[in-house]
Amino acid sequence: MIRAEAIFVEFGLAPEELDRWIANAWVRPEGRAGAWLFHDIDVARIRLIVELRGTMEVDEAAMPTVLSLLDQVYAMRRAVQRLNRALAVAPAEVREGLARVLTEVG
Amino acid sequence: MAEDPYKILGVRKDASAEDIRAAYRKLAKKHHPDLNPGNKAAEEKFKAVSAANELLSDAEKRARYDRGEIDESGAEKAPPRSYRQYAESGAGERYAYAGGDAGFGENFEDLFSTLFRDRAGPGATGGSARGRDDHYTLTASFLDAVNGATNRLTLPDGQTLDVKIPPGTLDGQILRLRGRGGPGRGGGPAGDALIDIRIAPHKFFKREGQDIRLELPVSVREAVLGAKVTVPTPGGPVVMTVRPGSDTGTELRLKGRGVPAHGSTAAGDLYVRLAVVVGEPDPALEDFLRTHPEAGGVKNPRAGME
Repeated sequence: MIRAEAIFVEFGLAPEELDRWIANAWVRPEGRAGAWLFHDIDVARIRLIVELRGTMEVDEAAMPTVLSLLDQVYAMRRAVQRLNRALAVAPAEVREGLARVLTEVG
Repeated sequence: MAEDPYKILGVRKDASAEDIRAAYRKLAKKHHPDLNPGNKAAEEKFKAVSAANELLSDAEKRARYDRGEIDESGAEKAPPRSYRQYAESGAGERYAYAGGDAGFGENFEDLFSTLFRDRAGPGATGGSARGRDDHYTLTASFLDAVNGATNRLTLPDGQTLDVKIPPGTLDGQILRLRGRGGPGRGGGPAGDALIDIRIAPHKFFKREGQDIRLELPVSVREAVLGAKVTVPTPGGPVVMTVRPGSDTGTELRLKGRGVPAHGSTAAGDLYVRLAVVVGEPDPALEDFLRTHPEAGGVKNPRAGME
């Protein structure tokens, strides 16, 4: 768990900026205002937002749309991974049957 | 290989291309496996020397290595773990899609409806089902867990949930918020939010059930002559008497100053263990101890160890 002070240093963020991102629910740390605790994924997400804003020139108005689309993609990918794990333990004939159908359609 | 290629070749960082070539040839001849048959160490050394030469003899690679862009093996230096690596793992659930259409992608039953259509069995079509339970983790500060507090948890849908942490909450305790989980299907009830409470350690308080332990520094003067000292407790500072002749390890109990009473559980106690701090050199004290060698109570505090 990482504190906000370390985030300010690592990313050169102003406290108001981070507060605004948290208020917008772009970043969802634990704890409460003044004593936020950040998981590794929260830090990675802050890096993502910093990169989106800097290198990719996504402005604050467009940010919610971009983050929402990314969240949908990752939700989809997690679902596909779950399916993949379920298939890994499915009977061989089920897997073969699916592979057959999928290659036919493709 | 994780060693500095300059060191392996025994050349300086500013060595010329000619120096590097010469150093490489000398070492390669010495350690060549064909000249050292069966000598594993020489073989390893030869590999390391070759790899170092490969890196440093290529001006472009050498410049990139010097700039820290690639490592000794020539591999790109690992950038910080990307968001994707987290988002695709279980941790990604923290940022599940926050849009209006509940469960896009998240709700497996919805995404792969064909897979689940027949599962409920004949006649069950259109039946109701309770929503799923959602699991969250919330890290509370030590004092919030002891005294009780309301902490804010932001849910994947962007809404916030005020989690009432009751006084005396233990690490790993799971709080259930009824009806705050996934929505039910076909009129079924919503699931619950299950919140796993983790407690961050405190700088000086330690919890033992209902009791709390604290090590309290006291000066030599306070320990020898006794004093009234202010002690931090979870409920705020209190004044405590240190008796004259107290020592490091002396334990004092502040009754009812541990975890406050909650439900049918009585309040715990705060155990304060004194730790004498000698601190800065004090000429007057030094003189006194020099001229009064018997001062200090015990002649040989290690007598029992012989």
